[in-house]
Amino acid sequence: MRDLFAVVMLSGIFGLLSASFFVAMDAVDVAFTEASVGAGIASLLMLTAVTLTGRSEDSERHRPMWALVVVFITGGLLIYGTLDMPYFGSADAPIHLHVAPRYINDSMQETGLPNIVTSVLASYRGFDTFGEVVVIFTAGIGVLALLRVGRRSGIHRVMADSIFYLMHEQHLILRITTKILIPFILLFALYVQFHGDFGPGGGFQAGVIFAAAIILYAMVFGLPTARRVVNRTFVRLLSAAGVLLYGGVGVVTMLNGGNFLDYNVLAGDPVAGQHLGILLIELGVGCTVAAVMVIIFFNFSGRRDNL
Amino acid sequence: MELIVDISSALCLLLGSFLCLSGGVGIMRLPDFYTRMHAVGVTDTLGAGLILIGLMLQNPEGLVEIKLLLILVMTLFISPVASHALAKAALRNHLVPLSDRNENNGGTESSKP
Repeated sequence: MRDLFAVVMLSGIFGLLSASFFVAMDAVDVAFTEASVGAGIASLLMLTAVTLTGRSEDSERHRPMWALVVVFITGGLLIYGTLDMPYFGSADAPIHLHVAPRYINDSMQETGLPNIVTSVLASYRGFDTFGEVVVIFTAGIGVLALLRVGRRSGIHRVMADSIFYLMHEQHLILRITTKILIPFILLFALYVQFHGDFGPGGGFQAGVIFAAAIILYAMVFGLPTARRVVNRTFVRLLSAAGVLLYGGVGVVTMLNGGNFLDYNVLAGDPVAGQHLGILLIELGVGCTVAAVMVIIFFNFSGRRDNL
Repeated sequence: MELIVDISSALCLLLGSFLCLSGGVGIMRLPDFYTRMHAVGVTDTLGAGLILIGLMLQNPEGLVEIKLLLILVMTLFISPVASHALAKAALRNHLVPLSDRNENNGGTESSKP
């Protein structure tokens, strides 16, 4: 397929379909993320990249044969590697014997959270999640380093204002509906953030939904307007502050005499400590994810305006 | 009483499914972009709305009702606006509707800006 626009749309459809089969497999937390990232923000970022680079694929300059051979060999090796694994869903797989029973039976007493996914993600595997947050933060830094839009942004403020009013009549329906919807999206993001302990949700999902609201605003009302609403320096600070909050909770637990990210020592009661720790690190995750998504989108589309 | 609610719920569900299905047929069979979008945009809003109302009747009290109502309101907002945006983008990119194309034999102007 040569038309990259169609490729992006197909990948968005794939994201939405995989979100629905995650729901069918009862993995609602993952479905949340997949629906908002895979179908929403990732397609949008690819679209902005397409507007930067051009819509159709270049004529062939490489040899697809060699790439195909390498892909086949790698894929074959990967499949060979899975041959040793226990069958899908087999009852005597190691994960069903050692780890999962502990989570399912004991997590309620140990962390006091009904949502096992959150307690695994934030408490038992807190260190892994810290790594994920750092990866997201690194992606934000990478985009800033490569595509950063300088202070002298392409469109002057007066010009931006006149464009804004010129477009207002043409996008009237879109703009009014967006204005109605955005408060609900933000409210839903906050709900997902703070209800993640009890139902599906958490920092990653909430951050992405929050960022989606801001990105929607930027798309409908124009980038200069969105920049005036969302301070860029503040967003950068926020993305770092989230990682700092996460790591800071770990350092505090060490100072209180526990291991890194061992929330039991945060309060007098272990369960209350777990609650506090999970709430704080989810907040850190949410801040970082939302801020990095906004940073990536602003720099991608700001780059296009400057061309 | 329960029978009436059950029957009306089943009717809503059936009618909604039929409308969604006809939208699917429309997107396969109709000749150009605007007519296809018309088929999907109109039937999807009504079909999804009817299915949601049918589901609401299945569970007349409780939190589920409110959640379904919220989904219904959001669908009523989003679906027509999405169709509107799509059609507008197509017009802006000079995709001429089929009826205009036949009348002025591949004329240069679209019907409206």
